Amino acid sequence: MKNKYSVFSLIKNAFSYHENWQRAWKDPTPKKEYDAVIVGGGGHGLATAYYLAKKHNIKNIAVVEKGWIGGGNTGRNTTIIRSNYLWDASAGLYDHALKIWEGLSQELNYNVMFSQRGVMNLAHNLQDVRDLKRRTHANRLNNIDAVYLNTTEVKKFCPIINTSPDIRYPVLGGTLQQRAGTARHDAVAWGYARGADEMGVDIIQNCEVKGIKRIGNSVEGIETTKGFVKTKKVGVVAAGHSSVIANMAGLKLPLESKPLQALVSEPVKPIIDTVVMSNAVHAYVSQSDKGELVIGAGTDDYISYSQKGSHQIVEGTLNAILELYPIFSRMRMLRQWGGIVDICPDASPILSKTSIKGLYFNCGWGTGGFKATPGSGDLFAHTIANDEPHKLNAAFNLNRFVSGDLVDEHGAAAVAH
Amino acid sequence: MFIINCPYCGERDQQEFKAGGEAHIERPKQPSELSDDEWAEYLFMRKNIKGVQFERWNHAHGCRKWFNMARDTSNDEIKLIYKMGEKPPSE
Repeated sequence: MKNKYSVFSLIKNAFSYHENWQRAWKDPTPKKEYDAVIVGGGGHGLATAYYLAKKHNIKNIAVVEKGWIGGGNTGRNTTIIRSNYLWDASAGLYDHALKIWEGLSQELNYNVMFSQRGVMNLAHNLQDVRDLKRRTHANRLNNIDAVYLNTTEVKKFCPIINTSPDIRYPVLGGTLQQRAGTARHDAVAWGYARGADEMGVDIIQNCEVKGIKRIGNSVEGIETTKGFVKTKKVGVVAAGHSSVIANMAGLKLPLESKPLQALVSEPVKPIIDTVVMSNAVHAYVSQSDKGELVIGAGTDDYISYSQKGSHQIVEGTLNAILELYPIFSRMRMLRQWGGIVDICPDASPILSKTSIKGLYFNCGWGTGGFKATPGSGDLFAHTIANDEPHKLNAAFNLNRFVSGDLVDEHGAAAVAH
Repeated sequence: MFIINCPYCGERDQQEFKAGGEAHIERPKQPSELSDDEWAEYLFMRKNIKGVQFERWNHAHGCRKWFNMARDTSNDEIKLIYKMGEKPPSE
């Protein structure tokens, strides 16, 4: 039984110089057989294992991770959480996640530092204005909070934005989702890992999947660097490496893996108390609790697994940031990194069964998967446990690329994917 | 970020080029006879290889010509550049 984290445990451990905290999760060796194996120990994978154990009463689960948990895109994103998507299917999916975020710290007894500081999306031309107004209406019809702001209101909400009409891409307005915000990305992985571990889930790190064994059209187990593990159900949540795992099973996915970069500045005093995203000029900025500006850049256009992107992508983003926020002109950037994102042709995810019995994929989140972590885990767990999708992820099946029933969020969502 | 040796212009910075995705995907000869599965395969399904992949590139801010490239996507190392219409190398 895990000790509950509370202000009392903090005080108690302070007396022993914080040297006696209990391990948050074990370091088990793999068993011979599991009821379900999740491939990928990022936020989505750990959340899937957590909800499988919690809501579907499957306790004999392993999460296998080739590196360390939360070391992939979970630890590399810009932590933005929002649900202001245009299409009904996406709105349902992302708002399901947002509702879980609102109670997640309490549920996990782990502070994920969820902060509903609002996300503002800017419009820079007339078409942006029309699109953002349309999206605001669509959001409200789906019970998602959204307001349209004119230039004066944008300036009032975030005073450091340059709203002068003579900049190259002037701010003509914007939308605001007040319930949106940020969370501490590592804490999400750690919180789910701790919660899953407590219910008996084996979290196996430094264990890479090398093959998927099939008998006929059914999954029989996985080959890993720590030996063969027998299981009838494999849920793959491998983000940028989804196609690599799919190829092991003889499947092809409609994905392209590309580098996406982000960067943070030196820490400064609080200057921006919200998240501002600009689709047209590609500038996203928020401020972490440490005081660093957290800046999201764009994807490169070529396929790569190298976890590094091109310099000109960062340069373009910083150009846009400087025009919108002249106050940052002398800020120094501290760190820059890349993650590999798996992008679907329609910029919507896949949470789906496959043509192989017992093999499930949760992938294609592209540049915006972090926000969906709790909802994705919950719905993917449902899909694996029941061998049927939940109604909220039914539209996000693999078959949509055959039927043509795409969820086309390219350009429709509040962000350029 | 890397240097690409355009077969027409020579070595240039990668930012002059546009990546065109997986190469050697053949346009269906009889589009009207394709099943939905075959259309999905042609339009959407991609190998997305980690390792040496054959892909198309365009020298968009240069000669604007297309060419093929064999590139290791795990470290962005370019193995071979060859012209459009040529068969992919076997090794």
